[in-house]
This record gives sequence, C-alpha cells and structure tokens, in this order.
Amino acid sequence: MVSTQKKADKTYKVIGTRPVRPDGVDKVTGRAKYGADIQLPGMLFGRVLRSPHAHAIIKKIDTSKALALPGVKSVITHKDLPTAADAALNLGETTDNLKWISDKVLAAEDALFHGQALAAVAAVDKHIAEDALALIDVEYEILEPVLSVHTAMDKKTPSIHDNMKTVDMIARFQVGEISETQINNVASILDLELGDLDAGFKEADIIIEREFETGTYHQGYIESHNGTAQWNENDEVTVWLSTQGAFNARDQLAALLQVPMSKIKVIPMEIGGGFGGKIPMYMEPLAAIMSKQTGKPVKMHMQRDEVLLATGPTSATYIKVKVGAKNDGTIVAADAYLAYEAGAYPGSPVSGGGVSMFMPYAIPNVRALCLDVIVNKTKTAAYRAPGVPAAAFAIESIIDELAEKLEIDPIAIRMHNAAEEGTRRHDGVLAPSMAVKELLEEAQATEHWNAELSDPSIGRGIAIGAWGNGGMESSASASINSDGTINLNTGSVDIGGQRASLAMQLAETLGVEYDSIKPQVVDTDSIGYTAVSAGSRTTFATGIAVIEVGNKIKKQIINRVATFWEIDANALKYNDDGSVSSPDKIINFKEIAAMLPNTGGRIQASIDIQATTHVPTIACHIVDVKVDEETGKVDILRSTALQDVGKAIHPAYVEGQTQGGILQGIGMALYEEYYYDDKGILKNASLLDYRMPTSYDVPFTEIILVEKPNPGHPFGVKGVGEVPIVPPLAAVANAIYDAVGVRPNILPVNPRRLSVLLKEKNNK
Amino acid sequence: MQDVSYYRPSSIKEAIKILSEHGPTAKVLAGGTDVIVQARERTKKITAFVDIKKIPDVMGLGIEGHRGLTIGAATPMYQIYNHSGVQEEYPAIIDSANIIGGKAIQGRASLGGNLCNGSPAADTIPTLIVLEGTANIIGPNGERKIAIEDFCTGPGKTLLQHDEILISLHFKRPAPFSGSRFIRFIPRNEMDIAVVNVASQIQMDGNKIESSRVAIGACAPTPLLLKEISNFIQGKELSQDLLENAAELFNNLITPIEDMRGSPEHRVDLAKTLFKRTMNDAVIRSNGEKVQ
Repeated sequence: MVSTQKKADKTYKVIGTRPVRPDGVDKVTGRAKYGADIQLPGMLFGRVLRSPHAHAIIKKIDTSKALALPGVKSVITHKDLPTAADAALNLGETTDNLKWISDKVLAAEDALFHGQALAAVAAVDKHIAEDALALIDVEYEILEPVLSVHTAMDKKTPSIHDNMKTVDMIARFQVGEISETQINNVASILDLELGDLDAGFKEADIIIEREFETGTYHQGYIESHNGTAQWNENDEVTVWLSTQGAFNARDQLAALLQVPMSKIKVIPMEIGGGFGGKIPMYMEPLAAIMSKQTGKPVKMHMQRDEVLLATGPTSATYIKVKVGAKNDGTIVAADAYLAYEAGAYPGSPVSGGGVSMFMPYAIPNVRALCLDVIVNKTKTAAYRAPGVPAAAFAIESIIDELAEKLEIDPIAIRMHNAAEEGTRRHDGVLAPSMAVKELLEEAQATEHWNAELSDPSIGRGIAIGAWGNGGMESSASASINSDGTINLNTGSVDIGGQRASLAMQLAETLGVEYDSIKPQVVDTDSIGYTAVSAGSRTTFATGIAVIEVGNKIKKQIINRVATFWEIDANALKYNDDGSVSSPDKIINFKEIAAMLPNTGGRIQASIDIQATTHVPTIACHIVDVKVDEETGKVDILRSTALQDVGKAIHPAYVEGQTQGGILQGIGMALYEEYYYDDKGILKNASLLDYRMPTSYDVPFTEIILVEKPNPGHPFGVKGVGEVPIVPPLAAVANAIYDAVGVRPNILPVNPRRLSVLLKEKNNK
Repeated sequence: MQDVSYYRPSSIKEAIKILSEHGPTAKVLAGGTDVIVQARERTKKITAFVDIKKIPDVMGLGIEGHRGLTIGAATPMYQIYNHSGVQEEYPAIIDSANIIGGKAIQGRASLGGNLCNGSPAADTIPTLIVLEGTANIIGPNGERKIAIEDFCTGPGKTLLQHDEILISLHFKRPAPFSGSRFIRFIPRNEMDIAVVNVASQIQMDGNKIESSRVAIGACAPTPLLLKEISNFIQGKELSQDLLENAAELFNNLITPIEDMRGSPEHRVDLAKTLFKRTMNDAVIRSNGEKVQ
C-alpha cells in the first residue's frame, strides 16, 4: 500500500505521528470486552420473534404455550411496553418519533416489514428461548406489501401509516410543519432551490437528464447487535451494550421505559463496527423489561440474519437529475429529484443526499427536491455519509457524461465548476473553506491517473464527493497523577481509533508524551453528556473538548507553580515540552506532578462543549476496472483515494478509515444489495448471499491525504470517517463506461445487470 | 440449535445400526459444514449426529494403478488437493476441491458430504459426474453402487436411504489424451455460491473429439449430465465454431430459475461461456499442458 501525505505547514510533536492504539493489545489478544462477553450470575437469554410477512395486521398474539415451556421465564409483546407518546426524540444524526420507536421495538397493531419484532422471550438458555419462539401463536391478516418508492407514491396504493401527513423538513434532519404538498406515503419533503432554473437551462448548450437507482445496503459491521440489562428492585437499570452513543442509548431507554435518565446507567462495551447502524435501539428495551419481570439480568444478542433483516441498512434510492452546461463546460443549471426509501417508518437520509450532491460545485441555478418515502422494508438507519453515496453516483455519472460529450477532461470539467469559499449553496449556506481544487490538482498529478491502460477491456473512472461532517456535544475530563501520567475520560465510544486520536491531542496540548496518557471511554454515570460517535465528529468535536481540558489544566498548573514559587502567574510560561518557566527558573511536567499533592492537591479538569465549527470535506476516487464482457463480471485492478482531512491527527487511522470507506463504496457499486421477493421477503439475509466484497475482490487503495486545515479546530481537524465512501460508486460506474461503453444507471452493477446492458449495446 | 445426540462409531456396521435405530432424523456427520449449519438454523430436523470420521473406510484416498482413484467419502478437501496423484491425473477434482468455501471449510468439508447434501449448485458434483464417478454405498442390506449422475434426485434429495452410508467415491483411470476442467461463476472471487458451474471432460483423437462429458450445476433441481452436448460434438473436428454451435444447445437444455443469485437469461449465457471455457481448458489438459 502506498500512502502519501500532503502536509499542512505547521509542525507538531505528537500530532501526525503513528503511535500504537491504547486498545490495540487487548483487541489483538482477544481480551477486549465486547457485549457478548458479559456474563452475570443468574443471567437469562432473550430471543425475538419476528414477522414472517412484510405487511400484515396482527390480529392476535398468544404467548401461553411459550410461557408454559420449562425454562422460559418471560414472554413479552407490545402490551408490556409503557405507552409511548407521539413525540419527537433527537437521536444525534437523526430525529425520531417515540411511538414509532416503540413500535419498532415491538410491533403494536401491524407488522410493517419482514423481520419486525413481535414478541420476545427470556429463558435460562438461548436454545430454550429459541424453542419457545416456535410456541408463540400469531394470527395475521396479510396485506399487500409496498416495495418501491414508485408504488408507495401512487395514489392507488393504500397508506402504510393511516394518519401520516407529508411534513416539510425545515432544516437538515429535522421534521417540520405539515407540507402544502401531500404525497401518498411520503413522510417528509425538502425542496431546496437557488437561482432561476428555467433561465439557467435556457443558457445551456447541452442538457443531460438521467435516472438512477441504488440498492439497499447494510453497513456490515462484524459485531452483531447485543445488549444485557439488569433492572434492580430500586428501579435502577444498568445496560451493557454495543452502541455508538451511550447517552443516546440512555435517553432512548429512559423515554421508552419511562425511567428517569439518572436511574439508567449505560456501559458502552467495545464496539465491533457501527457506521451509523448502532444508533437506534433494538433489543435493549426488551432485555430491560424482561429483567424487570424476572428480577434477573437478561442478555440478548442478534444472529446475523436478524442483523440483516431487522436493523437499519441505508435507503434504496431513485434519483433523477437534469444538468445543463455551456460548451465550455460551465454548469449553468442542475435539477435533482430524490426519492429515498425510509423503510417502514419515516427517516431516510434523503436530505443529506440532496444537500451534499452539489456541494463540490458552484452552480448558479440548482434545485433538489427530496422525498422521504415509506415502504414495507426494515427501517433504514444512518450509514456512513448518510444518503450521499447514491446522490453522488447520480451527479458524478452525469458530469462524466458531460465531460465526454463536450470533449473536456473529466478532472478539468470538475475543476472548472469547483466550489470555493463563499460559494452560495442551494441550502442557503455560504461554502466554507473546501479543498476541491487542491484535491483535483493532486488527482491530476497522480501516477495512477497518468498511467497507460494496458488492455482495451480495462477502463478508468474518477469521481469526487463531499460530506458535511458533524459537530454536536462532547464532554471530557482529565486528571494528573503524581507520577506525571494522565487519565483521560471521555464519553465518546471508540469506533475508529479515537482513544488514540484524543490522547494525542491532549498530549500535544500539554506537551507530554502520548504514552503518559491513558484514555478511556466511560459510562453515562461518569462523564457529561456526549453525543454519538458518528458524523465524523469524534476526533474533531471531542478533540476540541480534550484540547479545552488541556488548556484548563495548563492554567491551573501555571497558577500552582506561581503559588509554589511565590511569583506572579503572569511571569510564568507554559512551554511546548510541558515544563513551566519563569525568567530564571524551570520545572518540568513530572516535577510539577510530583509537587501537586503537597501544594493544594492534584489537578483535574473537565469540560462540556457543543462544537459548531465543523466544515465539509472532499474526497476523490480513481479506479481501474477490468470487464469480462462474456460474463458481465467486473474486477477492480487499481484504486487511488484522495481526501482532504484538514489535519490527520493519526495518519494511519485516517488511512484505515479511507480504505474502509472505499471498500464499502465499491461494495455498493458492484456487489451488495438486499434481494426481496415480490412479497417483500428478504431472501439473502446472510453474509454469503448479501455479498460484501472480500479481500479477494478489492485491492488495497493507494491513499493521498491532503491537509487544508479547518480554521474551526485548534489543530485543523475536519472529520475523516465518512467522506471516502461517497465517490467510489460513480468512479466505478465511470470506469465501466470507459472500458465497455455502457453507463450503469442501477447499482449494484453486478454481472447480471451488466450483462443486460452489454447485450443491449451489442444489439444496437 | 436443536438438542442433538452425538455418536462416534468405529465401524460401518455400528454406524448403520445407530442410523437404523434412530430413524431419518439421525444424520451422518463428516465435516459438518452443511449439517451442523442445518441443525443450528433448524432448516432440517436433526436429532442425532453419527460422526463417521473414526471409521477408517471413509477416510483417506489412493490411486491403485489401472484400477483408478478411490476417495473416502469423509476425506477433507485439503487432503484431496494436496495429493500429487490427483493433481496429476484428475485436475478437475482439484479445480472443485480448491474453491469449496474457504480455507477453513476445506479443512473439514468432504466430497461425500458435498454429494450427500445434494445442492443443485454443489461445486464438486459436476466434476464427479464428468469423471464417471461411482458412489459406493453400504446399508443394512449390504453394498450397492450408484453412478454419480443418478445420485441426486432434487434439491437436498438423493437416492441414499436414511440408514445407508456413502463409503467412498471411485473414478476409473483417465484415458490417454483426455482432459477435464471445472469452472464456477460467482460474482465475487471467493466465498460464494455458484451462479452456474460447469465441468467438461474430453478425450481427443488428434484434433477429433473421441468422446466427452459435460455437466452443469445451478441450472436445474440437480446437477445435470448433458449427453446432448456430447452427442453433438462427438466424432467431429474440434473448432471454436463447433463449440459455439454446441453452446447454442443450452438454450433448450436448461431452464434455470430466477433467484437472488441469478436470472434465467444470465444463467444460460454463463452456461454457454463456461462450457466453451471448460472445453478449451480440457483440451489443453488432454495435451498434458497446464491451464491458467
């Protein structure tokens, strides 16, 4: 693997180095504790009964036979959940309605997707629990499932949710007032417009309009969802689980269980991947209720088929885009219509797609009409740059076609239309500092882009994409030990090496060694509110909290040394190496730490921040593919990713994020998708037939990190985790066009789909 | 997982006795890469496993001169593809054994298990068919032999009775100037189930096709031996045109289904492509040369 870093000017001692991660040894030796490792005395095991139908009225659930099975201690249905209010709940990256969250945990009146939870069982072992599921009698009235956005919006199709009205999304990810436009089974609508579209298209010399579709893709985290709950007699609840946000989990549980937040302690275990999918609650409320009923801890752990069936993949999409350009390549107008499947309950990331797809470009006349559409499929969840990969596939395919038709180099046309600082966007925002041009210049200069293609069956594609990144709340605290070591606690679940990246930022701030800091993710009783580890926010936002903690500690140290030396604090300087000096004296960090206990006690500091200075980032993907025209199979031969990271705190972990994002993007382009039959039954709920790419399918990506610092972070961090997944879908599609002259408009373009396109081409 | 009893007999006789006593929900256990999953996922009712791996008759493999190759039914794939005699004389078996599951699966999975599982998409059965394999079976009433092409009767169904055990597979010595090849098409490059798989065996007389056998998987309820193809090309001079024309026969020979792994149209196209590719490779091997 080749990796290059285009460095920002400023030099640091710790930032930018590649130390071993604090959790590394435990993870590679198998000692790290995940949710599945929880074993408590008297613990029961829970399982969930799931709907075999995609759309059905639940007429009756009879649990008596299951309850009578020896070893079964509790069987619950929706009736056992506290009554849920019809009210909005903020989940960090998304909002949701409590009644819907409750119905998703255990269905109330109807089953709205194949795999929806209907009842839960707790028993002395998991095999008995499984036996008990077969003894629960459910009577259904089966209804016709609604399986596409087109069917859903058809006036003749019945509404999946009886009283649902189309609402306006007043801002990204928020739900607003009832909309003037009412569309069948559309939960919400967002209409963003800038300039004058008609006038824009009139100026155009060429107009291209195309339709695109993408499939339902699962995040594919290795660790399946799990949670263990202990409900004590004093109504205090402890939950051990795999989550991206312990406080988010706690607050959802408090609302669902109707228990005060302070009475719930959520202990986040190590997490084996999430990518946005480990934000919603699935089994933890059930485990808690069954623990309350039995007085024993209850552990639940999904099987892989349950993860695919009933957790939250990303939306399948339908996108229509029309772009008008002048002969010199200037894009004068762009009009996008995006209809995303939310699944059975509202909340697709369609607005993310509609906002981000045009972010890399300065287009004077733009519209994005975004529809959040209900269908009888599992409720979608956030997935790495939610909503954007599909939308970028659409716009980047059209820009590739424009470049070809206008005979302009694909990098040049993007450069010509690149957004700059101050470009007005269609969501009203003035674009902050972005590195579109810098990234494209780097792409132009890569050896890969300039290498000869060795064979006519090989093609090369390029695409770019943007993601806005997140800010949100973070809390951190640190205390200095008398030997000079430091304990650093945060509430940010470590989903991508953040213990390392946070400890590094504190080490840099305090001028101490990285190894002297022990970072830890602590439970909800032990730290202030911290939002989910999502939105590429943790190293950025919790990083700001950690730096602030460091600054507070520095101030306290200065004051302490001033007292110790009996000298005015203003005469002291905190040096880069952690020492403090006056004009004639110096004391190093270890000596300071040693004198603390006897000069007023040890020092600690904590802080809660709400970060708002996050900025979008840009990524670029260049890919070579080889197409077997006889079978329709595409092989990835070479892959290069470029990414503006602001500042790479730990470059190796940034590169890891990039590798993973590219891999998942290629999975969306070529391999992965949910396969439903015409009754809405998911037929490939296994990793065998869901087909994520393996190491045999995707080579290592060459990575070029470009650093254009974010002025809103002391070290320039922008957020790195999500954006690399955005460009590969279009890059692969564009490479296929380059190889065989057909433009895939439906992804994944698996051999079966590509063979149809190739036949059409050959029959022309 | 269901509650299961586990038995580990050390003789065929003892194993048959256990199977007879237990009835049809007792299953023979070799590598377990299919039956353990079926028990865990409750796709089959299984109350007992009869582990045959301690029975010497079903383990190991050997080539006895002109009498050919015998492979114990429970012999794991890795032993088969590491066997120099098989590599030399039966390369299509290596083609198949090499791609079953992944490395970990190949440490346990067996030819006998793959055959008895009766999957229409099984990656060894077309090969076993074109090599004219015979299944040696022992049951309460003694021994019998079944040609592999007759062994499977439907998805997951075979001629094997519940109290019978597949002991070994036998292959005659390949004729001079013959070659065989198996190719599977999967969308990924590993860890996948065949969309279509094809095995071809050919015996050449100069540039003339003396005889051939072609079998296909994942295109019918069982793997199929396609005698029509062999009849069409037999006695003719080998040419790409001949193979193209023979490939057109697939339009009427197979009626594959639509499922999550492929469409009927794509499967027919793949069948034609894999037929031509396996034939060309089999011809290369018939000259004693290696293929890619």
